[in-house]
Amino acid sequence: MNAWCLTLRLLRQDWRSGELYLLSAALVLTVAAITAVGFFTDRVEATLERQGSALIAADLALESSRPLDVRFADAAQARGLRTARTLEFRSVVMGERPQLVLMKAVDPDYPLRGRLRIGEALDAPDRPVESGPPAGEVWVESRLLRLLDLRIGDSLGVGESRLRIGAILTDEPDQGRSFFNIAPRVLMNRADLDATGLIGPASRVTHRLLIAGAATAIDAYRDWAGSRLAANVTLTDALEARPEFGSAVERASRFLHLATLVTLLVAGAAIALASQRLVERQTDAVAVMRCLGAPRHLLMRVLIGRLVLFGLGASLIGCLLGWLGQAGLLAALADWLGTDLPPASPAPVLVGLATGLITLLGFAVPPLIQLARVPPLRAIRRDLGTPRVSAALALGAAGLALALLILWQAQDLELGLKLLGGVLATLLALIGVVLLLVRLAGRLAGRARGVWRLGLAALTRRPGAAVLQIAGFGIGILALLLLAVVRVDLLESWRETVPEGAPNYFLINIQPHEVEPLRTFLNEAGIATPELHPMISGRLTRIGEHAVEPSDYDNPRAERLASREFNLSYGTEPQPDNRIVAGRWWSQGAEAAPQFSVESGIAETLGIALGDELTFWVSGHEVSGPVTSLREVRWDSFNVNFFVVASPALLRNEAATFITSFHLPAEREAVIAELARRFPSVTTLDVEAILGQVRQVIDRGVLAVEYVFLFTLGAGLLVMYAGIQASLEQRRSEHGILRTLGAGRRTLLSSLAVEFTAAGLLAGLLASVFAEATGWLLAEQIFELEFGFNPGLWAVGVLGSGLAIGLAGTLATYPLLIHPPLRALRGGNS
Amino acid sequence: MSDQAASAVSQAIGLGKHVTGPAGGLTILAGLNLEIYAGEAVAILGASGSGKSTLLGLLAGLDDPTDGEVWLCGRRVDRLDEDGRAELRAGQVGFVFQNFQLLPTLTARENVLLPLELTGTPDAARRADEALNRVGLSARAGHYPRQLSGGEQQRVAIARAYAPRPAVLFADEPTGNLDQTTGEHIIDLLLDLRQETGTGAALVLVTHDPRLAERCDRRLRMHDGRLEPLA
Repeated sequence: MNAWCLTLRLLRQDWRSGELYLLSAALVLTVAAITAVGFFTDRVEATLERQGSALIAADLALESSRPLDVRFADAAQARGLRTARTLEFRSVVMGERPQLVLMKAVDPDYPLRGRLRIGEALDAPDRPVESGPPAGEVWVESRLLRLLDLRIGDSLGVGESRLRIGAILTDEPDQGRSFFNIAPRVLMNRADLDATGLIGPASRVTHRLLIAGAATAIDAYRDWAGSRLAANVTLTDALEARPEFGSAVERASRFLHLATLVTLLVAGAAIALASQRLVERQTDAVAVMRCLGAPRHLLMRVLIGRLVLFGLGASLIGCLLGWLGQAGLLAALADWLGTDLPPASPAPVLVGLATGLITLLGFAVPPLIQLARVPPLRAIRRDLGTPRVSAALALGAAGLALALLILWQAQDLELGLKLLGGVLATLLALIGVVLLLVRLAGRLAGRARGVWRLGLAALTRRPGAAVLQIAGFGIGILALLLLAVVRVDLLESWRETVPEGAPNYFLINIQPHEVEPLRTFLNEAGIATPELHPMISGRLTRIGEHAVEPSDYDNPRAERLASREFNLSYGTEPQPDNRIVAGRWWSQGAEAAPQFSVESGIAETLGIALGDELTFWVSGHEVSGPVTSLREVRWDSFNVNFFVVASPALLRNEAATFITSFHLPAEREAVIAELARRFPSVTTLDVEAILGQVRQVIDRGVLAVEYVFLFTLGAGLLVMYAGIQASLEQRRSEHGILRTLGAGRRTLLSSLAVEFTAAGLLAGLLASVFAEATGWLLAEQIFELEFGFNPGLWAVGVLGSGLAIGLAGTLATYPLLIHPPLRALRGGNS
Repeated sequence: MSDQAASAVSQAIGLGKHVTGPAGGLTILAGLNLEIYAGEAVAILGASGSGKSTLLGLLAGLDDPTDGEVWLCGRRVDRLDEDGRAELRAGQVGFVFQNFQLLPTLTARENVLLPLELTGTPDAARRADEALNRVGLSARAGHYPRQLSGGEQQRVAIARAYAPRPAVLFADEPTGNLDQTTGEHIIDLLLDLRQETGTGAALVLVTHDPRLAERCDRRLRMHDGRLEPLA
């Protein structure tokens, strides 16, 4: 007969009979979680990219300290991409007196993404404009007008030219967020640049080529240009344009993928349990079909075909739910992301379908292969039982599917491998410990009496089934406890990386004589006395015996660091948010010998090792000392930090300015105005906006992660339900026999309660151990957050699990006690 | 192949079945010989555990013998692999079980259709309807097994067994789970349908029930792993 015809008929009938509900619920949940996260991250990344594009005024930017090869612009135009060039440099403009400014000369098409905003007068509201100033005109920051006492319409001396001030520049998309851009900005047309005579061959200019256009052309161009970049050229992507969000967005994405993976693992366990039950329920049917002459290859085709069709159907429903799920999530985050999001790509649907099928095939095919091997004799001899699944086959297939999915879904080899190792170790440990505990329960059962004996014996009668069931319960509870660990502990730790009182103001250019008066002023203003750090400019000239030349470095960041002046500081103690990762901090305080402590990231970039002698050029002379420690710095703490810190002996006699940061509540902004009046030379930088944005990313990220964990919660409950259901078939006939022998309902109910509570306690104990271990591992190894052990978790885990599973299991199996025993003895058909 | 085997629809020659368990070896059948011819009804009686069902399983090619030969419809079953036996059973062999063994997820009609579809019978639907009609269950064709009484389920099983017009029908305690009145009705159906199908199907019946055995052409008793004819 046509195998497809039989497949479709059996699938339809299985669905009607409800045998596939549990399996489909597990599958739909897995696929929904995967696709929801897929759609969500897809669209959020596209949004960030769009926001990022606005921040670099383009989709891609090439940057160099030397003029860019013209073939980069030609190649972009040949691909139908739009281009614009900008040149940025420091210069002095002339009003009534000279003033240092940051000059930017731009093409007429600038900006390619985002908008400039200009105002027509000092107090007039600003408006967006599509392109930069016309030839003969400059747009300037309002500060410049105040500093030089100029007005709109006046002319400004720029090199050898005089250009008309056409508007007040209020916002530039690619202005950058460097704290130290304190010179007023001036925007001019590139056509006027030659006439000014400001740019010569040795001028220090940042040349940029901005590129924008269709995503596919941009991708192709990025690949083309990426392989042709000279050592001094950097390529900036829109996504890299928001470094201050990098850490938060990356953590959010890791959390989301972790949540998805946990859902996948837990739902996988539910799928395995549900498949086992399906096999038990279908053994008779397959035996009869074999009696009726169905060959094994036909049965195999029918069983696998049915599974694939079912898997596709359930996965499609999962995709639909995933789509709805991400729509809900995006609606919840509309205030952050906006409502006008780019559409999602269809990729998550394919990922969802593939995940559904791989999960199903990995977990359900081994039992089905065994099902096709049911001996036809089973039709007349029920004592032959259900076919045993080869442990090697079942573990091998499930392990392979899991490995494939984890490595694929984690999108991060390190996270994937750690998770995979953790999962395999957990499963093996879980199975080993459950076997041990089940044996122990068996011994207890031998000494127990009455319902205790019945209940404990039920656990040990079928050790394989008990291990599967308790492992299933354990995984379910583990998922729930992990939710508690991640939700309460990990997410809270994440939030605390930018605590409520994080500094939102920086004060720089504080002269030494202003340090004490400023400290007093801040004290009187009720601001907790912040530490004022000395800051000394110095240029790194030698590492050991090697002279440092920018051209020695291929890495553009290293080149930049080698060519600029470092802000050095000195101190007796390391900053609280610094962690020494190599060497030792000087312990003799102010008396310590000359030495340096270097931030580990910059040490790696510049090739500085512990013990290297560093030489800086400071105020006209050399300052040298060995590197005695390397530090990790938490830059997202918003505290003042330095790449290089020296022992006081080395720098305390150098001319320094001071810098500090503090937190000021929004309602007390008047303090800043007073500070500006009392200390006019001190520059105040307000980072509240950046801080707020980072905090918002974290808050929204936490919300998104919690939302996705709802799927995990569902999967956890489902796996426990599957665990209870798994033993229902066998229980049915056992209860029939026990009741026929005169066991009362109360006795059986009590024995059920003993059995399920014991299983729950065992599972809870195991789950608590693994939840704590996993939480610690995730916090320390993956998310680099602090982790505190939580004794409350153990109480809730063990007692809660015993109570919940005891109650749920007893309630779920209670209906078996209501039906007449004869029905149970006759089998499931009647 | 022997001449006898050619004329018998089912034949066992020197059949033996020996199993080894934790308590040692156990001989269920030893040197058993049996021939069943087209159209005859043979009853196999015997005490519980005498090996009746084992013999039935071996004759139908559901199990492997330890010794001897088993022939079914002219082919030596014990030399075939499982798929070869399945192919032989499809269409040639019908079964009726003590516990009915209907597929719970299929309706009565779909249960009867199943063996016809497995053999690719062209007018499967018509024949399934006829078979259900004959056992008096046309009105319940769309019901699932759980919605049918024990007797009704066994009638569906009989319709399923006869619908492909098999050469031989094996019945394992077909009235074992039924009350006396229903059991008699089932016996009538089993014997009547054998005549009506016109194929001259042989019927091999394993039973405890002497009334059922009385109505068969031949009665054999299982004893010490061998068969003895009963008067």
